[in-house]
Amino acid sequence: MHALFNLAVGPLAWLAFALFILGSAYRLMAMRALALKKDASFVAYISWPHALKSLAHWITPFGALGWRENPGVTVVTFAFHICLFLVPLFLMGHIALFDAFHGWSWPALPDTVADTLSIVVVAACLYFLWRRIAVPEVRFITRTHDWLVLALVGATFLTGVLAYHRIGDNLFMTTLHILCGEAMLVAIPFTRLSHMLFGFFSRGYIASEFGSVRHAKDW
Amino acid sequence: MKTIADRLIEDVGLRRGVDRLTPEKIQKVFKELVAGECGARMKTYMETCVRCGMCAKACHYYMSHKDPSYTPVAKVSQTMWRLFDADGKVDPKVIYECAQVAYTECNLCRRCIHYCPLGIDTGYIISVVRRLCHKLGVTPQYIQDTAHSHSATMNQMWVKDDEWPDTLQWQEEEAREEFPGLRIPLDVEGADFMYSVIAPEPKFRTQLIYQAAAIFNAAGVSWTMPSTPGWDNSNMAMFTGDSEIMARIERAHYETAQRLRVKRIVMGECGHAFRAVYDVGNRWLGWKWHPVPVVHSVDFFWQLIQEGRIKLTHKYAEPVTIHDPCNIIRGRGLMEKLREVTHFLCENVVEMTPNREHNYCCCAGGGVINCGPPFKNVRIVGNSIKAEQLKATGVHTLVAPCHNCHGGLEDIISKFGLNMHTKFLGDLIYELMEKPEAE
Repeated sequence: MHALFNLAVGPLAWLAFALFILGSAYRLMAMRALALKKDASFVAYISWPHALKSLAHWITPFGALGWRENPGVTVVTFAFHICLFLVPLFLMGHIALFDAFHGWSWPALPDTVADTLSIVVVAACLYFLWRRIAVPEVRFITRTHDWLVLALVGATFLTGVLAYHRIGDNLFMTTLHILCGEAMLVAIPFTRLSHMLFGFFSRGYIASEFGSVRHAKDW
Repeated sequence: MKTIADRLIEDVGLRRGVDRLTPEKIQKVFKELVAGECGARMKTYMETCVRCGMCAKACHYYMSHKDPSYTPVAKVSQTMWRLFDADGKVDPKVIYECAQVAYTECNLCRRCIHYCPLGIDTGYIISVVRRLCHKLGVTPQYIQDTAHSHSATMNQMWVKDDEWPDTLQWQEEEAREEFPGLRIPLDVEGADFMYSVIAPEPKFRTQLIYQAAAIFNAAGVSWTMPSTPGWDNSNMAMFTGDSEIMARIERAHYETAQRLRVKRIVMGECGHAFRAVYDVGNRWLGWKWHPVPVVHSVDFFWQLIQEGRIKLTHKYAEPVTIHDPCNIIRGRGLMEKLREVTHFLCENVVEMTPNREHNYCCCAGGGVINCGPPFKNVRIVGNSIKAEQLKATGVHTLVAPCHNCHGGLEDIISKFGLNMHTKFLGDLIYELMEKPEAE
């Protein structure tokens, strides 16, 4: 188990970060090239001012019609995504790893706060799980891919919380947590999680169409 | 859970189309379409949709039926996702289902863009499904007939070349009994604007041409109508997925305006025609903007009012409500001008909720009403949410500056017993304006 742990925090971590960063860069550049090649009569209308204005509405809770009409999803989605970013980046345990291996260090969230935020993510995953099972219009469109992605994110944070609270074998739980986290990183550019990369552009594009051609708001 | 397969409607165009298909043929056409015409938008939309279901509440079909197979994302899941999952190799019956969803259960109204955090353009995806069905020869017979008419006559309603100027002259003659000096000027080079209408106007709504002529006459503007093909600004080929015919129609329309050397094109109160001329045809033809400026009637009436060219004898006294047509509101942002014109004409305007960009669709547009009788009941029952929205205003007059909206709303009004009647802005202006030279 120690060997696996060392593998996970060593070579696999390098591999995961490399695949995540290079994979994301490749996907973004390839998509840009495809857009220029095949969607020229749509790319022509891209307008950053309109895109940014629309994005400002969409990253504000209840700032767009879709958010206002789906209040439950809105609250959970925002809480989920905020915590999803804060915890991995500002958790003391993560910073300690970077400090140990590379000598990089930055301010951390207090442990209890990070713990609470992680539990929020797990709770949000349970909410999404419940929606996929119980809400007919969500169940209708749910496929295997959606279960896997949700399970991957949920497992990463759940194992993190369990490891922090020392529930179960700590080395095993920590190793599992690291492996899940690495799998999630790698999954970002190559699965539905790529909405993290492309979502701002797809929203920005349609906002440009609405703003500069159709002179109507898209939020 | 129910799917499109549980509510198939027999249509001879769809049936005969799929009877000619094999999975191999479908796959070949699908792959060519994806490789040739789809790019980053389709790829991104297919990949990033997180299947959150937030768009459900955007769609009038879902809001009316509360059936999960009618949500925007469900329509994509029953069409494009299936095709991509199978790499296009599907049974012909799947194409029947795709066609019924794409042509008759989505109005391409784009309301769902206000609901999707990722900005996925479901209307675009459904348009590509239609494009595939068109390429496979699977289109509902009624709308295909209008596309054939466009192809053969350059207008939607099989209006013959001589019937068109004849109709205009007939309307001119009628109008001259009321306004002795009125003309419907044909082919006047260098006029300020060319007025174009949709083919149903000469076919069965000729009074709209009469009214427009009366308004332009009273306003003292310099205008003309073409006597040749290119006069029809409607475009059903855009909705069948026949981009080639769509572009021919738009080219003829622009080139007619160029031949007449007008400063701009003013279009009648139609929504889809405006979408075709303003937002779609130019792109296919390779123009970023329009070779001749394009103005919708709502915008034009607003300008006439600003210039003091329309004077009223009185305002419309009864309360009215405003229906915002998708193609000129989400498609051109005319919501405020529509209100200013309506308030200029009417004493009492009651807003419906939601309104402006967030308005519910009429459920007739996007070619759905043009798919004809087999699908009529679906689009009427599929818009009970609109009936509720209209009823809640408590008024009896509905202003809707779009032909398709008129058709759809009148059907809903009659089905749900709403005791309302629809009006174009032109109807109101004609009724209320000063007619100085009228006899």
